Amino acid sequence: MAVHTLDITKEHCPMTFVKTKLKLAQIPEGDVLEVLLTEGEPLNNVPRSATEQGYKVLSIDHVEGNVHKVLIQK
Amino acid sequence: MADKKKLSLIAFSGEFDKLTAVFTLATGAAAVGYEVNIFFTFWGLDAIKKKKGRSFVGGNWLTKLFGFMMGGLSATPTSRFNFFGIGPKIFRSLMKKNNVATLEELVDAANALGVNLYACEMAMHVLGLEQKDFIHEVKDTLGVATFLEISEGGRTLFI
Repeated sequence: MAVHTLDITKEHCPMTFVKTKLKLAQIPEGDVLEVLLTEGEPLNNVPRSATEQGYKVLSIDHVEGNVHKVLIQK
Repeated sequence: MADKKKLSLIAFSGEFDKLTAVFTLATGAAAVGYEVNIFFTFWGLDAIKKKKGRSFVGGNWLTKLFGFMMGGLSATPTSRFNFFGIGPKIFRSLMKKNNVATLEELVDAANALGVNLYACEMAMHVLGLEQKDFIHEVKDTLGVATFLEISEGGRTLFI
């Protein structure tokens, strides 16, 4: 099981979701995607939409400032 | 999923800002798991032309002239602050500067996400356009009845 990383802290709507979705589509089944994102819309909705689409949100951790790290398993 | 969420957009406008709204909604919805359909009609057809700049696409001299005046995606004007064509350049540079996706990037993202693009048969006929004049991602040429069937059970917006 490999861990892939994606930093969307500099992105804005809708590319936050778009980049997460495209990255999740690329990685093999069972792998984990580590997403770095900011508070507000990305933190509220990236994990929620991943769950809705059948992915497993393993953890959400505060990194620093308004940056959080979300682990999503495909 | 049997009850997949669905968003269908009618892209009637050919302005840079309104098309940005179309593709922002389309990509955002597709990225959070919606099935997304965009039905391009009239001025909106400019967004899916193969030739992104100005070119004489059309059936006869009049529609060719219209085709040139309307242009493609990179020739779209803004609905306000167009300033004789400088407006879109200003907005594009503001978007780049603020790390917001440009219209072209949104169109690429829509295609990467598998957004379904359709062209309106009637408007194409009026403007002398054929499916070969559009980007290959355009799935089909439709009329109202088929669009209603495709959009059935989801949300529809007219932009």
